[in-house]
Amino acid sequence: MDKLKISFIVSLLFTSTVFSQKTVNDTTKIIKLNEVIIINRETLNNKKQVKPLASIDEYLEKSNKVTMIKRGNYAWEPAINNMVSDRISVTIDGMQIFGACTDKMDPITSYVDVSNLSEVHVKSGQQGSENGSTIGGGIDLKLQKSNLDTNLFNIGFDTGYETNGNAKIISSEINFSNKKYFVNADAIYRNSGNYSAGGNEEILYSQYEKYNFSTVAGIKVSEQGTVVGSIIFDEATDIGYPALTMDVSLAKALITSISYQHKNKNSSLSEWETKLYFNAVTHVMDDTKRINVPIHMDMPGWSDTYGFYSKFKIKKAKHNFLFNANAYYNKSLAEMTMYPNDPEENVMFMLTWPDVRTLYSGVYGEDNLVLNSNSKLKVTTRIGFQNETISNEFGLNSLKIFYPNMDDNQSRILVNISSQYEYVKDKFQFLGSVGYGERAPSVTEAYGFYLFNSFDNYDYIGNPYLINEKSIELNAAVNYSSTKLKIGLEASYFHISNYIIGEFDANIDRMTIGADGVKIYKALDYATILNTNFSTEYHFSKLLLMNASLGYSIGKDQNSNNLPLISPLNYKFGLHFKKDLFDAEFGLSGAAKQRNFSRNYGEDETDSYLIFNTKMSYSFQNGSDKILIKSGVENIFDTYYSTYADWKNIPRMGRNIFVNISYVIK
Amino acid sequence: MKLIKYFLPVVIAIVLISCSNNDDDIVTVNEIEDLLKVQEISNENHTIEVFTKSGSLVQGFNNITIRIKDIQTLEFVENASITWKPMMHMMAMMHTCPKSALVKVAGKETVYNGFIIFQMPENETEGWDLTFNYTINGVDYEVVDNISVPQAPKRTVTTFTGTDDVKYILALIDPQSPEVKINDMVVGLYKMENMMSFPAVENYKISLDPRMPSMGNHSSPNNENLVYNAISKLYAGKLSLTMTGYWKLNLMLMNQNDEILKGEAVTEENEASSLFLELEF
Repeated sequence: MDKLKISFIVSLLFTSTVFSQKTVNDTTKIIKLNEVIIINRETLNNKKQVKPLASIDEYLEKSNKVTMIKRGNYAWEPAINNMVSDRISVTIDGMQIFGACTDKMDPITSYVDVSNLSEVHVKSGQQGSENGSTIGGGIDLKLQKSNLDTNLFNIGFDTGYETNGNAKIISSEINFSNKKYFVNADAIYRNSGNYSAGGNEEILYSQYEKYNFSTVAGIKVSEQGTVVGSIIFDEATDIGYPALTMDVSLAKALITSISYQHKNKNSSLSEWETKLYFNAVTHVMDDTKRINVPIHMDMPGWSDTYGFYSKFKIKKAKHNFLFNANAYYNKSLAEMTMYPNDPEENVMFMLTWPDVRTLYSGVYGEDNLVLNSNSKLKVTTRIGFQNETISNEFGLNSLKIFYPNMDDNQSRILVNISSQYEYVKDKFQFLGSVGYGERAPSVTEAYGFYLFNSFDNYDYIGNPYLINEKSIELNAAVNYSSTKLKIGLEASYFHISNYIIGEFDANIDRMTIGADGVKIYKALDYATILNTNFSTEYHFSKLLLMNASLGYSIGKDQNSNNLPLISPLNYKFGLHFKKDLFDAEFGLSGAAKQRNFSRNYGEDETDSYLIFNTKMSYSFQNGSDKILIKSGVENIFDTYYSTYADWKNIPRMGRNIFVNISYVIK
Repeated sequence: MKLIKYFLPVVIAIVLISCSNNDDDIVTVNEIEDLLKVQEISNENHTIEVFTKSGSLVQGFNNITIRIKDIQTLEFVENASITWKPMMHMMAMMHTCPKSALVKVAGKETVYNGFIIFQMPENETEGWDLTFNYTINGVDYEVVDNISVPQAPKRTVTTFTGTDDVKYILALIDPQSPEVKINDMVVGLYKMENMMSFPAVENYKISLDPRMPSMGNHSSPNNENLVYNAISKLYAGKLSLTMTGYWKLNLMLMNQNDEILKGEAVTEENEASSLFLELEF
């Protein structure tokens, strides 16, 4: 019993969350170019919540803007407007952080957990360029921070179980704030075995285990000034990637920052914040648990980033300015060691990322201009300067095999501009925007060395001579909203010139055993991507709500060949019932057959599918404590299916029954 | 003016000497810098010191530096003309091997350099000796001793008979320290005229296809076939190595008429050429 008490106190000391009473505004529009996904459990029966202990990936997947590429049951890769990692900007509270895996097995979203976050801001296209250059959009993961103006103390516990994969989740949090300082601390642990696809087919190597600790603390240093420090430690081990030939024995990140925030409502400089940050990511791919591999290999990678930003908000007459000056220095190194079957033979070693040092500095400016009572104009611009240096001679010499005259250093300027016009009249809202954006090639695209892509079965070689990818985008959206009915229609079109993609080179022999050959990153003249989305919401009564959405995308290169990983026609439908403390939901989601697939990039036709989900929750008070129980069934009919976004058609999870229990002590 | 003419060299000499406390040592240390002594071979007048980078000899190509020490004066001889003759003493016969001339190293006073390609290693009953014949101030001397030539861990030299019924010796000269990059590759090709004569073969061509048998026999890009260099009398090309480990350098030898004398192309069916060299790093 004493032991229990001690562990209870220890967990209190190490943990926490935010259950503050901030109300979530019910939005009147259902199409927004900028979407905010609420993760925080402030309002425990928020209908938008998937399940309190869902992974961050599951939260993101609910967004109309975001799709998730899956290589297994862990660390899904987010895509905005059908564009993945290299074309989007993903930041944590404005901090740049880069994955250390050469095979995109560790998107940034895998190094935080729902316990750390309050919201995720998803911005489409050039609207997402506040924190960095982007083509497809930006995702900013907002850390949970208590409000200094309220006195608050609470402790939360969450626990969850899922039948499929025998997944267990436990988390705990403490939130404390008064007028002087605040502390939010939390810990979460997740463990899952192999999941089963529909028909009870066990997907081998789909297990994972992870834990995450985080603390954010702030102290008021003056009437307007606050110093805030944050630290997140995230470590996942024994992660299986059933769609790939390798697993991950360790994915570890340390993410820290210290910032000074200044708020003065009476001044035209209403807000400014300066933050210094550092993060270090270690990612170790290995295949020691796989049987029947032709050759065993280790592929560790490291990515360290140092950076700062300074943000100002200035209000002047009809103008609302936001400025953001930021800089970061990133160091990316990855190795590959292969162990010959003959133990007498020397190991085979190569640098797959040649210790690339990227120094970026840029400024962003935004103005939200209120033109009149009906219309608003928003203009954004970012100019960045980027310098890349290969600091490892071994790595430089390796790349010189392909590019004998290449330099170890190069610089580029990146420009992003957009303007958005909004017009509101009666129950209608019109949004239109145009944008121009540029991005530099990623480390893999510029400097990768024999990186095997299991999707199309080719080894990839980077190309240091790639020029910036440039995108021109057009967006238009119309919303209608009345008390009962909401309808939204949206289209976005991207014309991307110098579109970076791998091109087969018949003169180069493959390295990886079993690969079909080598592709070198090249720039297509252009590619186009069109995304359209229709959403509707109807309130039958105060108790019953229906929503539905339909999306269609198409992506083509200059020769009208399909681009890979573009979503086919997809749809969702949901029915929500809410009465007092009880909440129930029935949903279905599906997609049509993927006909516009890219054979060149390893895709084949993916069949249509339709799955059904249901969940219900009940929340009640126990004295001042609050308890929420949420339970549901996902993929009710145990359908065997995979989607266009599943790496190598890896089937998705079959029937899964989950229970989450949250307990908040106030 | 005349004074300057006579004084200037003296001044320079003084400056140079005063920069070091012992100029004799400087000569000894500098001229064999980075080399290790393999052995000393002596007669009653002189000791010949034999150096290589590794401090030993090995089957295949050996870059050898020597100097001659006068046993009386303990000084190194600077004006010798010298030849060498490695000899393999086998059970039934004797033979020598391909070698370069032994010439004084340009810019140095006491050291002489050349290479020997031992096409076979010693064994329990058969071994090599090395003879030096040299002339100093018109007097001829000879010195001989056994040398140790162990087997190379990888195939760096190969002896074969071409389709033209000529016996050839092919040896890897460079890279001696291979790296992951495009390496300069040099090989020596010699014809075995008889047991005592191994002249360099001129103007043939050698195609190069490096492979990694342990990694599904993959190749590497941007290699360059080996072509004859009339000045060095060796064959030079480019060898690209994309990773460390064991590489098999598959070769094909072609004469001036582009007729293949030895070796086969590597294909899906044919894993390796019968003419190959190896390296591991």
